Amino acid sequence: MKLEELRGKLSYQGILLGGVALLTSAALAFASRATEADIKAAEAADLKQSLAQVLPGEYENDMLQDTVTLPGKNGDVLVYRGRRAGKVEAVVYRVIGHGYAGNIVCVMGVSREGKILGVRVVAHKETPGLGDKIEPAKAKWIFDFDGKSLGDPVAEKWAVKKDGGVFDQFAGATITPRGVVNAVKGGLEFFEGNKTQLLDEAGGVK
Amino acid sequence: MNEKYARITREGLWDNNVVFAQMLALCPTLAVTSSATNGLGMGLASTAVLLLSNIIISSVRQFVSAEVRIPVYIVLIATLVTLVDMSLNAWAHELYKVLGLFIALIVVNCAILGRAEAFASKNSVFDAALDGLMMGIGFTLSLVVIGGVREVFGSGTLFANAHLLLGPAFSFLEMTIVPEYKGFLLMILPPGGFMVVGLLLAAKRVLDQRRAAKAAAMPEAATV
Repeated sequence: MKLEELRGKLSYQGILLGGVALLTSAALAFASRATEADIKAAEAADLKQSLAQVLPGEYENDMLQDTVTLPGKNGDVLVYRGRRAGKVEAVVYRVIGHGYAGNIVCVMGVSREGKILGVRVVAHKETPGLGDKIEPAKAKWIFDFDGKSLGDPVAEKWAVKKDGGVFDQFAGATITPRGVVNAVKGGLEFFEGNKTQLLDEAGGVK
Repeated sequence: MNEKYARITREGLWDNNVVFAQMLALCPTLAVTSSATNGLGMGLASTAVLLLSNIIISSVRQFVSAEVRIPVYIVLIATLVTLVDMSLNAWAHELYKVLGLFIALIVVNCAILGRAEAFASKNSVFDAALDGLMMGIGFTLSLVVIGGVREVFGSGTLFANAHLLLGPAFSFLEMTIVPEYKGFLLMILPPGGFMVVGLLLAAKRVLDQRRAAKAAAMPEAATV
């Protein structure tokens, strides 16, 4: 009965709301602290895994620590570097293509010689069933890039077949693969243009 | 007593189904049901939140006054969803990568606030828990059916990628219904979701009407 009376009071509403807000924020703050380290570790493991997909093979260093940031065509590019015997053998970075429904974010691994080791699409908004064949789970298309470089095929063949190039387009979706091909080509040009800094052994941490 | 539990169960699963009777939660429903597996993931995540939120809200119902109940419920539900989101991200990261998208969408699932307001705030903790569980299961089943229909017509498969959600042991669920299917894009895109929800809703109404007519008619006239 006491509670009944109390509930009608204006001050009770304020205290109740304040109390709930305080309790829930405390719970959130506590949970945020408790999970922070684990979330960071899980995300780092994710990143490592996606780096390993485009950089097959073993590298002696922790690539997440060995980075260099260089200016690219669309803002700064963060490059992860894999080393063997202290020498930079491969680099990984992100390139962004323009798809049918927004940006297509890819990561690509490039060897010291300028050959593509692997390309993966990490985020896109392309039409399901048409444009999403750029995902390795849906089609093998993305593996066509493996082993290609700026001279192979020659520059004018770096395009989808419809534009006179060597890469397949998908039935009903040309804009998507065109966007990816252009992005990867741009990525290779970025590698050529910044080769000395990318492969510079002295730079970076350790 | 048993009758009450049977009623709560029936309400959640069929009579007062979140999607097909209350017509709540249509935003997450239409957004994620492009495949049966996605529907299942969204359904399971929502069920967990619905169960927990019903329990919490029912146990604090004595203290919450009618004037400020809605903000209190919203804060509690949003906190709960955020806690689930953070703990999954930290301690079940593989599952989080599959379900992560759905968890954020649960905040906009008005069915959870709906059950808090319509049921949990007026009933005992146990009843509220049962209601949350049954509403969640009913929601999950609806999403799986909608997703299944869209997936079969849209891409010719059923439960594709189920192993990502449930683990490799469940890859037997993955079926190709129509081999070499070219795909019917409309069903995968949002308009297909509207169409399937509409058709399934009509089918449920027909079933309910038949049942009501049967119950009303004399036993000899039962063959409608």
